[in-house]
Amino acid sequence: MMRTLLVILMFLSPLTAAGECLTRGTGDLGIVIERASGSIKVLDTSRHEVLFRVEGLGDLSHASAVYSRDGRYAFLFGRDGGLSKVDILCGTVVKRLVQGGNSIGGAISQDGSLVAVSNYEPGGVKIFSAEDLSPVADIPATPLETGEKLSKTVGLVDAPGQRFAVSLYDTGESWIIDMQDPKAPAIRRFTDIGRLPYDALITPDGRYYITGLFGQDGLSLLDLWYPEKGPRLILENYGKGEEKLPVYKMPHLEGWAIAGHRAFLPAVGRHEVLVVDMSNWSQVARIPVHGQPVFVMARPDGRQIWVNYAFPDNDTIQIIDTESLQIVKTFKPGKGALHMEFTPRGEEVWISIRDKDEIQVYDTQTLEQTHSLPAEKPSGIFFTSRAHQTGL
Amino acid sequence: MRLKPAVPNLLLTALTITLAGMASADIAPERQAELLYLLKHDCGSCHGMRLEGGLGPSLKPERFRQWDTETLAAAILYGRPGTPMPPWRPFITEPEAYWLAGQLKKGIQP
Repeated sequence: MMRTLLVILMFLSPLTAAGECLTRGTGDLGIVIERASGSIKVLDTSRHEVLFRVEGLGDLSHASAVYSRDGRYAFLFGRDGGLSKVDILCGTVVKRLVQGGNSIGGAISQDGSLVAVSNYEPGGVKIFSAEDLSPVADIPATPLETGEKLSKTVGLVDAPGQRFAVSLYDTGESWIIDMQDPKAPAIRRFTDIGRLPYDALITPDGRYYITGLFGQDGLSLLDLWYPEKGPRLILENYGKGEEKLPVYKMPHLEGWAIAGHRAFLPAVGRHEVLVVDMSNWSQVARIPVHGQPVFVMARPDGRQIWVNYAFPDNDTIQIIDTESLQIVKTFKPGKGALHMEFTPRGEEVWISIRDKDEIQVYDTQTLEQTHSLPAEKPSGIFFTSRAHQTGL
Repeated sequence: MRLKPAVPNLLLTALTITLAGMASADIAPERQAELLYLLKHDCGSCHGMRLEGGLGPSLKPERFRQWDTETLAAAILYGRPGTPMPPWRPFITEPEAYWLAGQLKKGIQP
């Protein structure tokens, strides 16, 4: 009797036991990284429920994920060099390997067949088969002048034409890696793009690869339709002669917010969001904000920009109206508001609140919180809609 | 004769323990916990949550063998010009920086 009851209870529990696979679509699912415990949770964004918790994924500080094109598998990139393929319908780790000593992120190829990982240690890019994570290519970064170390690689993204783009932090380069022939990667190297590139993004259409520079003003822009023209510096006069504030957390460029012909991006070392006209890459406005922005994310319809901030202002979120460029709401969801992810059509945004061990869900019309889900020290949230977006 | 060096060593050990005891006694246990949380989550955003390095270098004790506590505390308080390392002085006092530097040299896993 007791046992039957227990079985029924288990069946009713939203937290399905691992190994028992679900029969359903994945279009409304996602994952959240629980960075301190080396685990992830699989999320159902329609029912606002946790479906699975998957453990044993190593050091997930600064972890990120991409999805297989069928939206069933998440590829996780851990700080410890771990690359894990997780089946989100079963809540299981299909395969896991430690491919490097210290990594920063990864990307999946246009056709979904290859997964690339960007490493700090040893610096370079490694490429694996998305099917079984078997090695396909190992591309070491440029050695440093000072010794045997190789440059750290940052800002790895996928690009149309079965290519990857990556930047080299120490040596100031951007590379395009063409994987049309997986056995013979063709690498195009652009040197002197600027000092200390720290992150990069690709515009949603896959045309422009833009690299943020920590060591100087401006950003490096590479037009992937015309790579032969080489990278050029944009916004180089931004903030000239102004004292920068110390940076307590590097901003993220992935998911650079684009609304209409305008792009919104975090200013480095300043309490500002920059607005750029993408037709000529000129700065059209600077919006004063609460702190140093980390993520500047556009609601999918482009009407709002949601911004979170670096330490010590990471308890605050602000929402900017993209027409008036005014801040329409400022609120404090809790300390360690680390990451935001919009549902595919933008009616909700899910926010990780590290110090409250929860994910808060907001209605993007009313701007009010509607749900809360438990998660241990949550950081990145990644929904399966990323499976079909270049650069995510 | 053989005992002779042992005495100053013992004294030195006692002195070191007292100093270390005094240093940590200056910082309340709750504040120590806060500092380690900061080390893990905020320093960790560049140096890795396990302090094994990221965009910023590793903070493991092997790296600091050649560093004295003063130098390390100064790097925490004032940052390292020419690198992305920012000054933490607005958030950390001098004794706290010395305490953190000592913990790092010892090899702490926050």
